[in-house]
Amino acid sequence: MSEAVIRVVGLGKSYVTAAGLFPALKGVDLTIDRGEYVAIMGPSGSGKSTFMNLLGCLDKPTSGDYFLVERNVAQMPGDELAILRNRTIGFVFQGFNLLPRSSLEDNVGLPLVYSHIKREPRRKKAREMLARVGLEGYANSLPARISGGQQQRVAIARALINSPSLILADEPTGNLDSHTSEEIMELFGQLNDEGITVILVTHEADIAAHARRQVRFLDGHIVSDLQTSGRGSNAC
Amino acid sequence: MLGPMLGEAWHAMGSNRMRTALTMLGMVIGVGSVVLMMAIGQGAQFAVAQTISTMGSNLYIIIAGTTQTGGARSGGGFGFTLRVADGEAIAELDDVKIVAPVHQGTQQLVYGSKNWSASVVGTTASYLDARAWALTSGYVFGDSDVRSATRVALLGKTVVENLFDPGESPVGKTIRVRNTPFTVIGTLAAKGQNLDGRDQDDTIIVPLTTAQRKLFGVPFAGSVRSIMVQASSAEAMPSVEKSVTALLRQRHRLRDDQDDDFYIRNLAAAADSAAETTRVMSMLLGAIASVSLLVGGIGIMNIMLVSVTERTREIGVRMAIGARQRDILTQFLLEAIMISITGCLIGLLLGIGGALLVNAITDMVIVISGGSVLVAFGVAAAVGVFFGFYPARKAAALDPIEALRYQ
Ligand SMILES: Nc1ncnc2c1ncn2[C@@H]1O[C@H](COP(=O)(O)OP(=O)(O)O)[C@@H](O)[C@H]1O
Ligand SMILES: [Mg+2]
Repeated sequence: MSEAVIRVVGLGKSYVTAAGLFPALKGVDLTIDRGEYVAIMGPSGSGKSTFMNLLGCLDKPTSGDYFLVERNVAQMPGDELAILRNRTIGFVFQGFNLLPRSSLEDNVGLPLVYSHIKREPRRKKAREMLARVGLEGYANSLPARISGGQQQRVAIARALINSPSLILADEPTGNLDSHTSEEIMELFGQLNDEGITVILVTHEADIAAHARRQVRFLDGHIVSDLQTSGRGSNAC
Repeated sequence: MLGPMLGEAWHAMGSNRMRTALTMLGMVIGVGSVVLMMAIGQGAQFAVAQTISTMGSNLYIIIAGTTQTGGARSGGGFGFTLRVADGEAIAELDDVKIVAPVHQGTQQLVYGSKNWSASVVGTTASYLDARAWALTSGYVFGDSDVRSATRVALLGKTVVENLFDPGESPVGKTIRVRNTPFTVIGTLAAKGQNLDGRDQDDTIIVPLTTAQRKLFGVPFAGSVRSIMVQASSAEAMPSVEKSVTALLRQRHRLRDDQDDDFYIRNLAAAADSAAETTRVMSMLLGAIASVSLLVGGIGIMNIMLVSVTERTREIGVRMAIGARQRDILTQFLLEAIMISITGCLIGLLLGIGGALLVNAITDMVIVISGGSVLVAFGVAAAVGVFFGFYPARKAAALDPIEALRYQ
C-alpha cells in the first residue's frame, strides 16, 4: 500500500497514574490512504485524543508501530518528530491554541519560523493563508479580538501554512456553535477536495457525516470502521 | 534563525513590561554599582600613584635615635646620634646614589604684613635631586652656601601663595624666618599632598648649616637629625639598608648587644603599602559590587523560571507546530541575554553618571577605564547566559503533550 499516509500496527498507549499503569489505547490497527476524510468517533474517555496525539507525533506510543508516509516514527528522536510536526502534519486543537500576544499574521507564520523562512516571505505566506480561510484584513489583529470560529480558522491557516500532507483535528468544533461548526466543516471539506488527508475527532453524528469514513472507538479499541457516502449527505 | 528568534525575544520582553523592568533593575543596580565602585577604586589607586610619584624613588630616611647607656635609654624624641660625617661616609657605599642631611622643623615666616607658619627644611642641594623636585624660578643654593651658612631660601608653592600677592615675584625678596632675614633665591614646583595627607608645598628649603645655626640650634656642630639616602635602584635597596646599618653601627662603636641608635625608614616600602592598601580596597569594592551583580543574575533566573512555568502552554504550542528543543532553548536564552544586556547598558550609563556625580560633589578622583566597562559588559552577558541557561533548559526539556495539557 504505497498510498498509505498512516499505518498503525498494534498501537498501544498506557498512562502512568497514581493507581498504576492505565491502558488508554489497547493495540489499534488502522490504515488511512492519501486523500481520505476520516471521522474518529466514540464516547468520552474511549481513547480518541490519545490516538490523535500519537498520530500527531505529540506523544509516543508504549507499544506497536506507527508508519507515517511509510516511515516508522514510533521511536524516532525528538528533533525528527519536530520536523514531522512542522512539515508533514497540521494539527488543529479544540481550544485553538493561538499565542494570545502575537498578531494573527505572526500566529499563522509561526511554523515557518521553525523552518527557517525569512520574515518577509513568512509574512507574505501568512497573509495568503489568512485570505484562504476568509480572514484577509485581519493580519494585525490579536486573537482575543476575533470570534471563536475565526480563531479556529486562524488555527487551520497555521496548520496549512507548510503544505502538510495530513490535517489532524481533535474536536475542532467542540467549542463552537452549530452554525460556525458548519462553516468550519465546509472548510475541511474544501481542503479534502484539494487532496489533503483529513482526520478529525468528533462525537457529533452530523459533524461526522461530513467524512467519508467513520472509525468508532470504545475502551481503547476500534469497534467499527465504515465507509460512508460523506459530505453531510446522510445527515439527519 | 537568529533573526526571527531575536524578534520573538524582543516581543516577549515587551509583552510584560513591568516584570521585564523589575528583572532588569537587578542587572541595572549590579552593573551600575560595579562601574561606580571600579571608578572610585581605580580613582583612589590613581591618586595614590600620583602622590607616590612626587615622593622621589628608592628613598631611605635615617633618623637619629637614642643612645643606650647601661640598659637605660636617654629621654624620648630625637637623639643626637647622627652626624653630617655619617652621611659623607654613607655616600661612599656601593649603590648609594644621593645622600642629603636633613634638619626639619616648623617656623613662623613673615613678609611685609603677612605671616605664615611652614615646614622649614635645612639640607643640601642634593635633597632636591633625591626628591626629584624642580624649580619654577630662580636657582638652587650650592655647597658654598651650605659651608658659609648663607641666608637664602627656596619657597614652596603654598608658602608663596600665602606670603605674596598674586603676580608678585618672590625671587630677590627678603622674608624673615624667626626674625632672621632670608633672601628668596627660587620657587619650587608644586608637589601636592604626601601619603599622610600633608601639603608638601607648605615648605621652605634653606642650607642645612643656616637652619641649624639661625633657626633650630644643635647641641654640637656636625650633628644632624636625619639623613636621606637614595639607592641607585629598587633592587639595590635591601643591600643598601644592610650596608648602611653595618656602617653606622661601626661608626657609632655599638657592641653586638646594643640596639641601633638610629632608625631606618623605607619610604619606598611605605609607598608600596599605600598602593597595596588602595589596590585591596578597590578590589573589595569591586567584590561587593559583584555580589549585587550576582543577585541581579539570580533575579533573572527567578523571573525566567516563572516565565517558563507561565508560558508552558505556549511552549507546548510551539513544539506542536515544529519547534525543536534547541529552538525553545535558544528562545529563552536569548530572552535572558537580552534582558541582562539591556539592563547592563542602562546600568553602565547610570554607573558612569553616578561616578561623574561623585566627582562633582566630592573632590574624589574618578577613573572610568574602557577595561572596567568591558568587564562589566562581559560579566553581564555571562550572567545572562549562566542564569538563563537553567530555565531555558527546563523549557526545552518539556514534553510537547504535557506542555499542551498544562492549564
Ligand atoms: N495524561 C493522562 N494520564 C492519565 N490518564 C489519561 C491521560 N490522558 C487520558 N487519560 C485517560 O485515558 C483515557 C482516554 O482518554 P482520551 O484519549 O482523552 O479520551 P477521549 O479523547 O476519547 O475522550 C481516559 O480514561 C482518560 O482518563
Ligand atoms: Mg478527547
